[in-house]
Amino acid sequence: MQLELRGITKRFPGVTANDNVNLTLKTGEVLCLIGENGAGKSTLMNVLYGMYKPDEGQIVLDGESVVFTSPADAIAAGIGMLHQHFMLVPVFTVAENVVLGVEPTGRLGSLDIDKAREMVREVSDRYNLNLDPDAIIEDLPVGVQQRVEIVKVLLRDAKVVVFDEPTAVLTPKEIIEFFEIVKTLIAAGRGVVFITHKLKEALNVADRIAVLRRGQVVGEVNPKAASESQIAEMMVGRPVQLIVDKKPHAPGEVVLEVKDLSVVDADGRTMVDHVSFNVRAGEVVGIAGVQGNGQTELVDALTGLRNSTRGSVALDRQDITSASPRVRHAKGIAHIPEDRQRQGLVGGLSVAENLVLTRYHDEEFSNGIIMDWPAAHHAAENLIAEYDVRTPSPDVEASTLSGGNQQKVIVARELSRPLRLSIAAQPTRGVDVGSIEYIHSRIIKERDTGTAVLIVSTELDEVMALSDRLLVMYRGKIVADLDPKVTSAMDVGLYMAGSRPSNTVNA
Amino acid sequence: MSAVDAVVAPLISAEQRKQARSVGFTLVVLGIVAAFVLGNRPGDAGFKLVDSYIFVIPAQPFARILALVLIALGAAQLLKGFGKWTNVVLGIAAATFVISFLAWAASGGSFSFTGMLQDTVTRSVPIILGAIAGIVCERSGIINIAIEGQLLGSAFAGAVVGSLFGPWAGILGAIAMGVALSAILAVFSIRYRVDQVIVGFAINFFALGLTSFLAARVLTEHPDYNILSPLRPIALPLLSDIPVIGVVLFTQTLFVYFAYMAVAIATWSLYHTKWGLRTRAIGEYPKAAGTLGVDVIKLRYRNVLIAGAVAGVGGAWWPIGMVGRFDQNITNGRGFIALAAVIFGRWHPVGALSAALVFGLAEAIQLKMSNLDTGIPSEFLLMAPYLVTLVVVAGFVGRSRGPKAAGQPYDAQ
Repeated sequence: MQLELRGITKRFPGVTANDNVNLTLKTGEVLCLIGENGAGKSTLMNVLYGMYKPDEGQIVLDGESVVFTSPADAIAAGIGMLHQHFMLVPVFTVAENVVLGVEPTGRLGSLDIDKAREMVREVSDRYNLNLDPDAIIEDLPVGVQQRVEIVKVLLRDAKVVVFDEPTAVLTPKEIIEFFEIVKTLIAAGRGVVFITHKLKEALNVADRIAVLRRGQVVGEVNPKAASESQIAEMMVGRPVQLIVDKKPHAPGEVVLEVKDLSVVDADGRTMVDHVSFNVRAGEVVGIAGVQGNGQTELVDALTGLRNSTRGSVALDRQDITSASPRVRHAKGIAHIPEDRQRQGLVGGLSVAENLVLTRYHDEEFSNGIIMDWPAAHHAAENLIAEYDVRTPSPDVEASTLSGGNQQKVIVARELSRPLRLSIAAQPTRGVDVGSIEYIHSRIIKERDTGTAVLIVSTELDEVMALSDRLLVMYRGKIVADLDPKVTSAMDVGLYMAGSRPSNTVNA
Repeated sequence: MSAVDAVVAPLISAEQRKQARSVGFTLVVLGIVAAFVLGNRPGDAGFKLVDSYIFVIPAQPFARILALVLIALGAAQLLKGFGKWTNVVLGIAAATFVISFLAWAASGGSFSFTGMLQDTVTRSVPIILGAIAGIVCERSGIINIAIEGQLLGSAFAGAVVGSLFGPWAGILGAIAMGVALSAILAVFSIRYRVDQVIVGFAINFFALGLTSFLAARVLTEHPDYNILSPLRPIALPLLSDIPVIGVVLFTQTLFVYFAYMAVAIATWSLYHTKWGLRTRAIGEYPKAAGTLGVDVIKLRYRNVLIAGAVAGVGGAWWPIGMVGRFDQNITNGRGFIALAAVIFGRWHPVGALSAALVFGLAEAIQLKMSNLDTGIPSEFLLMAPYLVTLVVVAGFVGRSRGPKAAGQPYDAQ
């Protein structure tokens, strides 16, 4: 089957998400669609999947123009999509999820669940996916959940499979397994569209790479003949520094000392389990780990958002285990939270208001009762200029900014004061390449002025590049303390998956 | 690996511990009540089971022995816990306590125990049907607070249409009213994405206001619009000959038999059909169903309307299955009790049936008590069903998880 997108244009109020996009995909090839967040990749795929109706242009299958008004049409035409957020009902079994929408039925419209199990087993065996049809989705690791998604599209006999950022939630080991599955799909004569913003993966897996910028295809490159920096430049529109530029670090005294810390979540599960470590002044300590291994709870406990059940946290030898977030803040702790929309910003407040959110009670901005808005406004304007926040004005709602600029607002607010400790969780998640470069450089600059920096990220490349010391968290415990300069990403990946590199076992 | 597994294996959660403790305290409190209140009336109590047999319980010794057993059980629960048997122990203890309470009330006389159980089943009907309406809605992701309004509106429609055209037409009229009120809920919450709780409350007040107005203005002037002869109980052949059970379960009106069927059909449909799988999917994670080509919006509309029809039959029970007329606010909060039954029954039709029977029992006991001379003020007795609701929902349900997407409007994009 040959799939063609011809002149696809999709406009939303105020933006043109796709601007005259032309793409072709043949069976048996992997087309990689690369671009920054907001470049229009997901919009394009939602058009292809019948979720959006294009304003102009057409979808052509084997030379025939088709119109999809719903995902059902796209599925019927042989297009399968794996969404970035898994479309699985967490309380259902694998089999129930897989057959949803194409349920095998027996008499009186009853659900033939045995048949469903058999269907799952059959596809799972054919593609070597190793799935238990009776497992409940919420009990499965994300890598396995992704295989359930793959079975879903295969069972619907998809000729073209679209993967939207499929590796974002996987461990390095799972990513390798995933690429094997992609190869099996290609060998079985199916076409694959692979959406990503990760340059390495694109070069690794694609037969062709199409680069999207601001809704347009700005070029197609051959992965065999292209380099990372070349593609990055096409994505951003200017040369980009991909490697974090930093001097050797000069660690000073211990600033943050965490001793035997345990944290329990709302359901009573131990998420942080007897964790001890410290961070010195002028040092970046990174915490790597697959999402959900206790990093969120650890950061919450360090920033005072969640109580710990045992252990202690000390800043400059002063105990802050049960200090409130404001007290910690006043002691010089900055917090760049992992979810900027929920924790970092108030989307409905203006950029200026967000920029003074942590300092509105300072004498500078209020006399205790009444806010001094002109002063706040003035401070905000300075920060906007200094941190290069691209906003039409300090008075627009923060939610209208792009992800990268929202993140810059948070970075500006948190880092623009004398600090002892800076805690950044997922500092560049969903941020464009250009802003990543800037945020990384600010973090390193902060380190160089003698602040202790703790980075928590699930992006292995990012923590490896930024950290002077790398801790790996797995199931609530710190399982490794590594020097990123002499450790391979593969070894860190093994720790993240709960195993150990074989050479250290022998050593 | 095993050591690591042990770390993440969910231990007994704080929630569960709290619940176990509250069960223990409840047992002890019941024991104390049994000792000091239920044990203060001498005399035998007659529980009439069938016309020819009266089961006699000596009220005072029974209460005292029960008190000791309850306190012992409570202490055991607090110290050690019964684990998975907790609910069974609690259920048996509560049932025995109720019997002791009845013995206390009836001491020195006798009453028809079987009749009371028959009443329990009868009075559960609107709660069962209301709860099934709630379950079908919430399982598809629409919170239905409007059960009360749907019951009340259809009770009115059932009374008027039934008076004019006969009981069968009345039931159809009630169904039509239930569906119409559901349609309001559906359009506002699905199409216009209004907060579902607010729409539900608006429907409740709308139904209360409208039916009260019409009852006062129209029905009082035309009494012939509001009088009909309710359906008579039908004794099912063979089944109704079983002693006690035959009277309690199988000598009932068609409404009761319909309620049994509704529970069976709802259970089977939700868990063993394509419709059920899709319904549960759109209540948990509608996007997952939507991306697989299921028409979430259409299914939600359909289910909310089906729920309205079921609630309509529940509303028709008052005029056509019970009293033969409509009175202002005749439902008197039964729809909210049905809502509690949905939660207490953990969004499962059989669970809701059990919960509805508990509430029905509370009502039946309250009716019995007002006939027996107990010295308890009648106002207090009228409060009993609601008190039971409160205790049950607050104390024993704990944190039960409903369909995840309930209350969230669906957006196809």
